[in-house]
Amino acid sequence: MLEQIEGSQAVARAVARCRPEVIAAYPISPQTHIVEGLSDLVRTGELAGCEYLMVESEFGALSACIGASGAGARTYTATSSQGLLFMAEALFNASGLGLPIVMTVANRAIGAPINIWNDHSDAMSMRDSGWIQLYAESNQEAVDLHLQAFRLAEQLSVPVMVCMDGFVLTHAFEPVDVPEAKDVERFLPAFEPRQILDPAEPVTIGAMVGPEAFTEVKYLMHAKQVQALDAIPAIAAAFEEQLGRRAGGLVRPYRVDGADTVVVGLGSMLGTLEEVADQLQADGEQVGVLGIKCFRPWPREEVRAALAGARRVVVVEKAFAVGAGGIVGQNTRLALQGLPIEVYDVVAGLGGRPVTVASVRELLGRVLAGEIDPMRMHFLDLDTALVERELDRSGATDRPGPHAENMLRDLGTVASNPA
Amino acid sequence: MFSVRIHGRGGQGTVTAAELLSVAAFREGRHAQAFPTFGSERTGAPVVAFCRLGNAPIRLREPITRPDALIVQDPTLLHQVNLFAGLGADGYVLLNTSRDIAELGLEDLAASLRPERLACVPATELAREHLGRPLPNAALLGGFAALTGEVTIDSVVAVVRERFRGPAGERNAAAAYATHDHVLERMESRSDA
Repeated sequence: MLEQIEGSQAVARAVARCRPEVIAAYPISPQTHIVEGLSDLVRTGELAGCEYLMVESEFGALSACIGASGAGARTYTATSSQGLLFMAEALFNASGLGLPIVMTVANRAIGAPINIWNDHSDAMSMRDSGWIQLYAESNQEAVDLHLQAFRLAEQLSVPVMVCMDGFVLTHAFEPVDVPEAKDVERFLPAFEPRQILDPAEPVTIGAMVGPEAFTEVKYLMHAKQVQALDAIPAIAAAFEEQLGRRAGGLVRPYRVDGADTVVVGLGSMLGTLEEVADQLQADGEQVGVLGIKCFRPWPREEVRAALAGARRVVVVEKAFAVGAGGIVGQNTRLALQGLPIEVYDVVAGLGGRPVTVASVRELLGRVLAGEIDPMRMHFLDLDTALVERELDRSGATDRPGPHAENMLRDLGTVASNPA
Repeated sequence: MFSVRIHGRGGQGTVTAAELLSVAAFREGRHAQAFPTFGSERTGAPVVAFCRLGNAPIRLREPITRPDALIVQDPTLLHQVNLFAGLGADGYVLLNTSRDIAELGLEDLAASLRPERLACVPATELAREHLGRPLPNAALLGGFAALTGEVTIDSVVAVVRERFRGPAGERNAAAAYATHDHVLERMESRSDA
């Protein structure tokens, strides 16, 4: 039933209908309303047969999930920002052990400076942790991706992250259809674990592996992710056939046919990018959008096929590799190797700065006019005067003090407030 | 698309007001989206929430910088926040105040807007009368329905009753009706004049 509800609450209900048997979470900021909603559903008995573990940290949360998943339980958790980083060691364990845990990451920035707002620094910092990463464009897609994530995780025995933009999606009220329990049951049958810790038939999960087979175990991790490149579109197709809605998949092209400029993005900014593409097309510019729905595994062939006809590709992303460049941008270059296409790295929306139609439109205008250097990373809406004042100050005295505080004082901001 | 920006202070239900407005529009078969300014929530600090109402799916997610309507829950914000930023000449303004435009020193603003689109309503007093508490958020939505016609008072009252169960729902509904009627009476007396 279509309802007007908050993103986090919609996801909580969808996860509950996926019938997890263990949920472990640490209830401090940065957390989401998702696990709060789920704890209510467990308490009231609406989500029966689920053990809700309140643990002592995010490291504890994912460690508990690893144990529960190893024991054959369908397992779920959620986190964001520093919480995800605190899980880092356990993330690699979950994927290395091939445990089909599903986790929502409500994407938020990583400090310092302290910042609670949205960007993709958290998930992107864990891009090589061996987890599949799916990115939701809307709350409807976030809901639908959770159903697909459990099916994918359990089919391949890999952990899956569903990334949804913190605040922008998690706190937004919009129309969402949470699939009915019977439909979810049909799409996602009961979990049949591929490996199980059972006292009656003891096995070891997590044996020490030396140089004789470590490479081979890691090779299989990679091979499984490559398999996911087939499984993800197949699951999205099965979802569409049963639920009658498109969600997920690897990439989603929008008006790219005949486009000589394509903007690549992920997550909730896609609607904005599509709006800009429509405006520019109306002005006679051939501009399209490619949404990356799955970032890990990286759908190299699909990205290449979708962008092959373009002359310019502008990758707009909410994170970057400090000292190197764009992250999605570098992956896109890899996909386009050998093609005569200029790739532009654009960093936008860091720490909660809105990615606006006006800014993206202006950016594309400058790209089309040849004013942006494709060899240099571009920061959307960068306040260069603010940066220059701070650089001057830093050069002028021996002890200029901390950048963040100096720049806030410069702006006349008492406490950080992006509005 | 019709964009609404709601200004209030932490604790006044600013975010709830935007959510309720979106649910009211959704009940009428429209597409709606509500979201807060994202930040650390502190009682008494200025808060902004947004609501977009449309007849097609809404894909924009940026904060509303050019609102079609403003709801100001707390008149003391007039001296602290640039409330009217981005408001066009055809914009609507609903102010929660027991004073009038001249007393608030807003003659310039009033001159820049269409007179029938600017309304002052003592929503806090009406809320105090009907709820026993100075919480003007649901009440103001009644006034918004009267001023703009973007949602009906029936939808507003229905979602208020749904959100606040029991006596609190009835009292908030009564406050919403009272505010609605207050705004409507002023509008009618203006058009008679």
